Amino acid sequence: MKLFFPFATVSTLVVLTVAPVGAANRERGKQLYESRCVACHSIDENRAGPAHKGVFGRKAGLAKGFDYSPAVKNSKIVWNEKTLDRWLGNPEQLIPGQKMGFSVPDAKDRADLIEYLKTAR
Amino acid sequence: MTLSRVSIVSGRRSFLATTTLSAAAVALLAGRDVLAASHTGAKMDAGADVNILNVALGLEHEGIAAYQLGAQSGLLQKPVLGVATRFQADHKEHRDTLAGAIRKLGGKPVEEKPLADYAKALKADTLKSQNDILELASRLELGATNAYLGVIPSFKDAQLAKVAARLAADETMHWTLLNQTLGKPLPAGGMPFGA
Repeated sequence: MKLFFPFATVSTLVVLTVAPVGAANRERGKQLYESRCVACHSIDENRAGPAHKGVFGRKAGLAKGFDYSPAVKNSKIVWNEKTLDRWLGNPEQLIPGQKMGFSVPDAKDRADLIEYLKTAR
Repeated sequence: MTLSRVSIVSGRRSFLATTTLSAAAVALLAGRDVLAASHTGAKMDAGADVNILNVALGLEHEGIAAYQLGAQSGLLQKPVLGVATRFQADHKEHRDTLAGAIRKLGGKPVEEKPLADYAKALKADTLKSQNDILELASRLELGATNAYLGVIPSFKDAQLAKVAARLAADETMHWTLLNQTLGKPLPAGGMPFGA
């Protein structure tokens, strides 16, 4: 029994390190992006929605060449985990008068998408 | 249904689609003017709906351009070319319906961009075969399906939500046929769209 508990503790630590419960999953985020976001967005090009390259850490409304709503242009929001989570959960609540009618109700989905968006550089 | 079968019935279906969508557009807009003029809240709601409709209109402009690029490429063979032209006509009808709704709600429909802009955004220079074009079209149709389904809860006007659902059904029909032509399997399980 003495040997069992240390082993169990190490195993638990390894599991928590490799795949902590509730951790954002970048690969799943990419899949979600491709199924839900690509109708309007791409990483490199402005389409119906702005390009996402470099979006994480950037001030809202700065994708070059995209015609933003005045609401987004003037929002002074910087895209980080918290603001992106609020935006994806309810864009109109975060920035009234914006154009995006699409939302992502599930918190885990939002976390995974944000994790993927971090890589869009 | 095969592509050739679609070609045969396309004329009849196009007529039906024109009739029903135009009627829906008229019906959904009747009375909206009165509401918009008499209630500040309704005006704000209409503004939010216009924003959603304009994003959808942007998608339709892009879809029309994608089929145009495919048709001009010389890569599409009969009967695929005919079906692509038919699908493009559907998207033109969607465009006109959405633009009409936006105007009725007091908004300004977003303009289409030059074809070259869409070609760049869609990486048209990488399309080297009929299958490449069908893959692109399939991806856009699936994206549009999910987008229309995704915005339904955001509409303030339930009639506009219904129109979005009908547009999603059209896009799903397009995607299904393209998917079958590409020899891809059906999605696993039920309710694969809009999740």
